Amino acid sequence: MITVKDLHKSFGDLQVLKGINYEVDKGQKIVIVGPSGSGKSTFLRCLNLLEIPTSGEVWFEDVQVNGKKTDINKVRRNMGMVFQHFNLFNNLSIIDNITLAPVTLKLQSKEEAKENALALLRRVNLEEKADAYPAQLSGGQKQRIAIVRSLAMQPKVMLFDEPTSALDPEMVGEVLDVMKELAESGMTMIVVTHEMGFAREVASKVLFMDEGLILEENTPEQFFAKPENPRLQDFLSKVL
Amino acid sequence: MTATILLASTSLSERFYNAFIEADRWKLYLDGLVVTLEITLFAAILGVLIGLVIAFMQLSRRKNGKHSIFSLLATIYVDVIRGTPSVLQLMIMYFVIFSASPFSGTVIAIISFGVNSGAYVSEIIRAGILAVDSGQMEAGRSLGLTRATTMRKIVIPQAVKNILPPLGNEFIVLMKETAIVGYVALQDLTRVANLIGSRTYDAFPPLIIAAVVYFIIIKILTILLGKLERRLRKSDNR
Repeated sequence: MITVKDLHKSFGDLQVLKGINYEVDKGQKIVIVGPSGSGKSTFLRCLNLLEIPTSGEVWFEDVQVNGKKTDINKVRRNMGMVFQHFNLFNNLSIIDNITLAPVTLKLQSKEEAKENALALLRRVNLEEKADAYPAQLSGGQKQRIAIVRSLAMQPKVMLFDEPTSALDPEMVGEVLDVMKELAESGMTMIVVTHEMGFAREVASKVLFMDEGLILEENTPEQFFAKPENPRLQDFLSKVL
Repeated sequence: MTATILLASTSLSERFYNAFIEADRWKLYLDGLVVTLEITLFAAILGVLIGLVIAFMQLSRRKNGKHSIFSLLATIYVDVIRGTPSVLQLMIMYFVIFSASPFSGTVIAIISFGVNSGAYVSEIIRAGILAVDSGQMEAGRSLGLTRATTMRKIVIPQAVKNILPPLGNEFIVLMKETAIVGYVALQDLTRVANLIGSRTYDAFPPLIIAAVVYFIIIKILTILLGKLERRLRKSDNR
């Protein structure tokens, strides 16, 4: 579904990604862990071209995402993204946050979009917040709304960029629960996170990234029980 | 002896009477005020239009910090306007650029102040847009919205709240700045006060009257802007 070939990304002189090759199949849940500055987020952001790769190829289904003639806006409709800092639209109510993209892009009528949005809000138990504004919500609520906003586009894959890192500890659970439910529903997911419990429970594959490379890829059982790379062993000894 | 006593004892109220009521002089202030307001209003409108264009030209600067041709032109414009006194800009417009044009002095003053204000307004708008968290744009783009749509529906509505207070301030500065149009023979409020002072041989009352008029207008403007600002914030966070 997503294929990455020899992906490089530099910011000026700083090489962040040094040749990533990876393939994600439909329905897989890929969890990426690694120390900060290892390039995890940059890798994720290259997938929907929020960062433009310096070289290499990113393919989504049969479209080259970073191809010269690709309409990136079309590709992005199918790739939802959830950010560390939620990035809800502060000037819009919750319901408008969710319906803005599908209505503006004429994928759904206003009524249809609103109905979908309310159904999604019900799914995350936030129906009563439909008319609230982002500033009135807690971090956990904002992040659940952000997930719903992406889902409203009916994407084929969801990218999560450290979705729980900016949350107070007691709110992490409610967001992870939504993500778990989403995983169970069969969604293809790529998740950058520090939540090892989530990785263990949900991931089909766990990746370890450091210094711009994928150093290890394994099933969660093997990944946590028998880490091979010495740097992963070191990393796990610190976080577990 | 009697004469000197009389002159010295001319009361303050008589002096103000001479400067304001005598010979219907209040009409002159009114005419002057109309000129001041006319120049301020139209220059402000022109300034906002120019400021908008220049701000977006500056924002066309590439991600790596390199200038595009638009941002380069805009930067030069802002530099030149900010780097020279506005009274000189006005005189250059009046005596050089438009010296042979059929435009009236008021129109030339409007153009000059509009061009001047546009540079400052562009910086206000640019800063106001940049102050909106970049995550807002990223979120919009990640949903498949175009840059322009995200700007229009998300970034600019939020930027307006940042822009409004300093923009109001810019209007106030602009209004006071128009007091220099006397240099190009326009009879605005300040110039009128000056003329009346030389007619009555008493500078104090007309200058005070003019100052009070400026103060009142600007006070009203401040109150209105404050109200507008509060209303915008209310609709945002409730």
